[in-house]
Amino acid sequence: MNAKPFIHFDEVTKDFPRPDGKGTFTAVDRLTFDINQGEVVAVLGKTGCGKSTMFNLLAGLIEPTSGRIDVNGHDPFKEFNYFRGRIGIVFQSDRLMPWRSALDNVLLGLQILNKDKKESEAIARHWLTRLGLSGHENDYPHALSGGMRQRVSIARAFAVEPEILLCDEPFSSLDEMTARDLRQEFLRLVRQNNKTALFITHHINEAIDVGDRVLVFHRPARIAFEARIDDASRQSGRKPIQDEILKVLSLEAPAATP
Amino acid sequence: MVIRNPRLRQAAQAAASTLVMLAAWQVASFFFPEYLFPPVQTIALRTFGIFSDPTLLLEVLSTAARIFGGLFGAFILGALLAVVIGRSPFIESYFTPVLVFLQGIPALSWVVIAIIWFHGIEFRILFIMVMTTLPAFTFQILDAYRSMSKDLFEMTMSFRPSGWMLFRVLIVPTIVPGILTAWKVNLGNAARVVVVAELVGATGGVGYQLLLQQQLFDMAGALAWTLVLVLFVLVVQTVIVALESWVLRYRPVSERVV
Repeated sequence: MNAKPFIHFDEVTKDFPRPDGKGTFTAVDRLTFDINQGEVVAVLGKTGCGKSTMFNLLAGLIEPTSGRIDVNGHDPFKEFNYFRGRIGIVFQSDRLMPWRSALDNVLLGLQILNKDKKESEAIARHWLTRLGLSGHENDYPHALSGGMRQRVSIARAFAVEPEILLCDEPFSSLDEMTARDLRQEFLRLVRQNNKTALFITHHINEAIDVGDRVLVFHRPARIAFEARIDDASRQSGRKPIQDEILKVLSLEAPAATP
Repeated sequence: MVIRNPRLRQAAQAAASTLVMLAAWQVASFFFPEYLFPPVQTIALRTFGIFSDPTLLLEVLSTAARIFGGLFGAFILGALLAVVIGRSPFIESYFTPVLVFLQGIPALSWVVIAIIWFHGIEFRILFIMVMTTLPAFTFQILDAYRSMSKDLFEMTMSFRPSGWMLFRVLIVPTIVPGILTAWKVNLGNAARVVVVAELVGATGGVGYQLLLQQQLFDMAGALAWTLVLVLFVLVVQTVIVALESWVLRYRPVSERVV
């Protein structure tokens, strides 16, 4: 018998009012999937397919129109405060506060959690060092490169010791080399710390590199294809999976403006 | 000679234009009677006399206290209103038309209204100062509040802060530049309004002293009191600019200069 999934989406739908005020459009359509504890799931889909809406639903930032989201037995929207410190998010852009130094940005989550100041500073310094930013603690974001800023945002997410990591195309704004290095580093940290992670991307190779499983979304967000990935398929069996994903993605009509 | 340091060059240009103005005045004083164009040295002596006489200095300080009292009152009320309006479009639809209407009322009308409505001189002046600067404070802080980054808001909310913590870590740092701009803009307005209020409804302060000089037909005295008020505004502006540079030290130098 399978263990109870850590994250469970059950027939989740999210509708938004149309900008012209006439009716609604559906961003997520009866979406159902599970993620087990310690699993890393990559979500792929074209722009506008509802990945980010699904992401915000899981983060508890918006409420589903219908259906149920269960994260370790709790509803992330209705039990918003329960998840304080339990969910860490790495966004597409670094979203650093420009008025805070690198160290203070990493301290943000710990400050919100009301952790002891000295202990928090030690934790923040530890994560900055692990991400190769030792010596840049007092630099303001404008003085850091794009890669360094994204490292700070990863440190900020890890510093609160979350149970779940949500990543929304975190390396897409970086150059190829920096993105590759940072991705490897990020994955190592996720595995070492046994985090459950959901990783949104629109790069097929990145999804295969990152995920234990890859979910391919069609618009409005619903699963069109699912593949389990292991080391063998990453090395020798990558091509058939890539082809299959490409085929599934090409079946979808281009996104229309809502 | 070319001055390469931009600050030195700016100071030299300001000094040059001031010298030209003083020289033009001095030339005029040779051709016109003293009660119209008193010599520069007479005005300087009278100005120095205000600073060296404790009784006269007290008049300046009482005007300064009225300016600060009025600005502080308007700032507190304006900040509260801005946050309330910013959080509720419903409240905004009621308050904004009132504030726009208040903004259109001339300072002199408020002076007349205050004299008819209230007996206490200090309360009259406080009322006039608050009513004339409140709309500007509210709109400037509201603009700053509205310019709050949606990305930073979402990022901060992902840590699930309490309302107070959200205010501390995001809202305050976001609106501080707007608050400083509002103080800079309103300081000049407040200095003009306080003189009108004192001129009509007070028995002390710079405005009252100006009224006395007019009755004595003493141009040197009128200019000396005016100069004192201008110097006061310049000194406070310099303090605010220095405070602004310190608070916004996280910005790149190019942005700070802008």
